[in-house]
Amino acid sequence: MESKGAEKPGGPGVYLWVWGILLFLTALTVIAASLHLGRATVAASLGIAAVKSALVVLYFMHLRWEKRLLLKLLLPITLATLAIFIGLTYSDILVRYK
Amino acid sequence: MGGPDREAAPNVPRGRVGMWLFICTEVLLFGGLFLLYSAYRYHHPVDFHEASLELNRFFGTLNTSVLITSSLSVALAIHALGENRKPRTLAFLAVTLALGATFLVVKGFEWGEKFAHGLYPNSPFLDSQSKGKILYFGLYFMMTGLHALHVLVGLGVLSAFLRLVAKGRISAEKPVLLENAGLYWHLVDVIWIFLFPLFYLIT
Repeated sequence: MESKGAEKPGGPGVYLWVWGILLFLTALTVIAASLHLGRATVAASLGIAAVKSALVVLYFMHLRWEKRLLLKLLLPITLATLAIFIGLTYSDILVRYK
Repeated sequence: MGGPDREAAPNVPRGRVGMWLFICTEVLLFGGLFLLYSAYRYHHPVDFHEASLELNRFFGTLNTSVLITSSLSVALAIHALGENRKPRTLAFLAVTLALGATFLVVKGFEWGEKFAHGLYPNSPFLDSQSKGKILYFGLYFMMTGLHALHVLVGLGVLSAFLRLVAKGRISAEKPVLLENAGLYWHLVDVIWIFLFPLFYLIT
């Protein structure tokens, strides 16, 4: 186990790497969208957005180094709740309308 | 005293739990709007396609890069604070503020361009368009406007805390306020990371 206080989460090196990857993914998503991939554009755009926000949350927001269970679970529980909202709403939209 | 598990995180500030709770409510707030957007998009795919072509992808990409870089600088500011490097902390906070302001200026130009074309909520021109287009631009102005409001609040909070850092009221020993402001700023970044493809890229 790490001794307390000895290892600080994050650091300029890690942040710069994450920043570089985020800019790369931004360029990638713009290029992918301009290729007119049809329905795949939606999946690519949202997939890349999910990866980008995961990077921000894990590294910039330090969730990767979070040790307390409460803080580790708070966001996943929120996202699961949101997934239920979206899932139930779509189960209605897709069936009710043609 | 407790076992090793309790020892693992002895200095986690209580304020951080509250901040994360608040962030989760914000995720649900914008999540609801995302759901609304996708439901309307499902009903009006052609209108949404045509309306989204009116947005300027260059502005969107520029602003995405600006916000991502501002996230980097606020993370660097908080790291510098932990190392007791006050001038460096202040400098990175100033960079963050400048980038946040840049975002709003670009956004302002973008909205101004739309207004000049008669595209704003309830405008005579927009009201004469198809239902899906009205919905698209209603959602566009609502969601980017709410996000811009968050940027504005973030700028206010960060500039207030910049003063507190200068005065020594926020320091390596008492970093919670700035850490929480940083979390808020990153949240604003994450929301934009989703707004960008939704309005600018998916056509």
